Amino acid sequence: MLAHSGERLTAAHVSARPGEPLVSLEHIVKEFPVKSRGLFTRSREKVHALSDVSLEVRRGETLALVGETGCGKSTLARCVMRLHDLTSGRVVFDGSDITAASHAELQPFRRRMQMVFQDPYGSLNPRRRVGSIIGDPFDIHGLASGAARLTRVHELMALVGLNPEHYNRFPGDFSGGQRQRIGIARAIALHPDLIVCDEPVSALDVSIRAQILNLLANLQRELGLTYLFISHDLSVVRHVSNRVAVMYLGRVAEVAPVDNLYEHARHPYTRALLSAMPVPDPDRAAAREQIVLSGDPPSPLDPPSGCRFHPRCPRAEARCACEAPELAPAPGDAAEHLTACHFPLADHELLTTRTVGQRV
Amino acid sequence: MNAATNLTVRSRGPWGLAFERLRHDRASIAAGATLVGVLLLAMFAPLIARLVGHGPGDQFLDVGLSSSGIPIGPNGTFLLGTDSLGRDVLVRIAYGTRVSLLVGVLASALAVFVGTVVGIAAGWYGGLIDRALSRLMDVVLSLPFLVFALALVAVVGPSLTISVTVIAFFTWASVGRIVRAQALSIRELEYVQAARTLGASHARIMFVEILPNVTTSVIVYTTLLIPGAIIGEATLSFLGLSVVPPTPSWGNMLADAMAYYKVAWWFVFFPGAALLITTVAFNVLGDSVRDALDPRRDTASRSSREEVA
Repeated sequence: MLAHSGERLTAAHVSARPGEPLVSLEHIVKEFPVKSRGLFTRSREKVHALSDVSLEVRRGETLALVGETGCGKSTLARCVMRLHDLTSGRVVFDGSDITAASHAELQPFRRRMQMVFQDPYGSLNPRRRVGSIIGDPFDIHGLASGAARLTRVHELMALVGLNPEHYNRFPGDFSGGQRQRIGIARAIALHPDLIVCDEPVSALDVSIRAQILNLLANLQRELGLTYLFISHDLSVVRHVSNRVAVMYLGRVAEVAPVDNLYEHARHPYTRALLSAMPVPDPDRAAAREQIVLSGDPPSPLDPPSGCRFHPRCPRAEARCACEAPELAPAPGDAAEHLTACHFPLADHELLTTRTVGQRV
Repeated sequence: MNAATNLTVRSRGPWGLAFERLRHDRASIAAGATLVGVLLLAMFAPLIARLVGHGPGDQFLDVGLSSSGIPIGPNGTFLLGTDSLGRDVLVRIAYGTRVSLLVGVLASALAVFVGTVVGIAAGWYGGLIDRALSRLMDVVLSLPFLVFALALVAVVGPSLTISVTVIAFFTWASVGRIVRAQALSIRELEYVQAARTLGASHARIMFVEILPNVTTSVIVYTTLLIPGAIIGEATLSFLGLSVVPPTPSWGNMLADAMAYYKVAWWFVFFPGAALLITTVAFNVLGDSVRDALDPRRDTASRSSREEVA
């Protein structure tokens, strides 16, 4: 399927400096004003979607962003893509600050970062033919037109495993998995450095997920792509990512290389999240620690003081309510493994069901 | 690889499918046939005039009026009777069709064009631009049509151009509102976000991404707008605010006929029937087009109709 890769589609310029930060997010704050009902009154309320998020995405890696619905992971992705303007903070792409770049200034960066969306039905214009959708990037950036553009579209369709002869069809003629391939073809058309995948498989059939994930993995290898991979599916994340950042209510709770995170989770929230992961073995499932957090995540309109997780955290103490923990290596951890917790868990320390919700 | 010739399955696309559905809808066939008839009547008005030998303005004070000066009813010479000045009603209706269709189509086209552009711009840009344009549409919709038309005509004098302008001015805002509402929901969809991440310009997003997705409702609305515009023109010319006599139009024929309805029913009936048939045909076609373009709503309305029956 991927044997065909035209000369233009292999990216020689990428992975020149693997491991270096491709995107740095520095102290990103994003607040959405709440729409007011009145004609003349203006609401002062704000949704605190992201509060002081700092992360870096390194060249050639897959950084996964996990967390519950509403924790800000998609907002963060849209801030990286500059679909949202930041309230404060900086987005640095390959050394250039693009936080305040204008539409025109952003154009060269648009070529280098692309996005794959969650909803394969919503992300393709139902009134346009697939060939024209995949050819959009060439039109917009004035890179190819006419026959040249069509050839590129055919190449891209073959590369993502679609029949190039179907370029004249409408998105409605394709299945969910095929549509996601179309979305991926559009994203890799200009061979970008970074692809932000916003839950690319969560809307798909389980049987199709593996195909799309393998396609993404193959493309990463062939084109030297860097992924920012958003998901709430921890088993998918473990499979695809190099590093994982866990988010809770607009903050990063823990960042670590994937195995560190899954084997040595330090943050109580990470531990709770991991314990919710289904285990395909009934004996092991019964034996393991099950943590059920009490309550719902608090409203991002009025987030808790101090550590955002303290009202639901079994280990919370007075300090957690007033002092927000820094994202730093826990004692004894590698510099790679950052945890934002005053009382990080040690390896064999249990955060058991009994204690959950008893102390607030 | 020769993709174009190897296509085995032809994709028809949304428009092709809609046309296919329309072709199988008897109401739309009937309405379409009626409208083709109306169009032919307008196109061949001079031919009709030549065939019966009466021009639209020719007064037959001797043969066209009874000895007491009353219009004469349908007969061999005057197929649909004569009017108060002894003119052939059939020929005048045929010429009046030209005015009605011209004003109906032109005014609707102008209204749809302005309404679509304003609606998409308001919906896409949002914020201040949206608020300004929305208030403007509110103001236009709250203006009284006839008072405004009377005042305007009093200043510049009656003409076809004024009719078209006035009707378009009073209808674009309703198109604008519909389009704005749709654009507002479309702008949040992921394919618009995708266009933004590709660096598409505002114009490209508005006209390549949003416009094709509002055309369905715009087309439906247009077919329903035309009969309104035709009635609007008839109203204006009934009041003497549109085409200037002796040019015939359905509206000014009805105005002339008002004094004679007791003694010359044909004088009221035929122009009135022409107006009714044309507007009903456009409305039926509009309904069918809507059903054809949105099959989900079609089944819903059909099942509810069956329930009622």
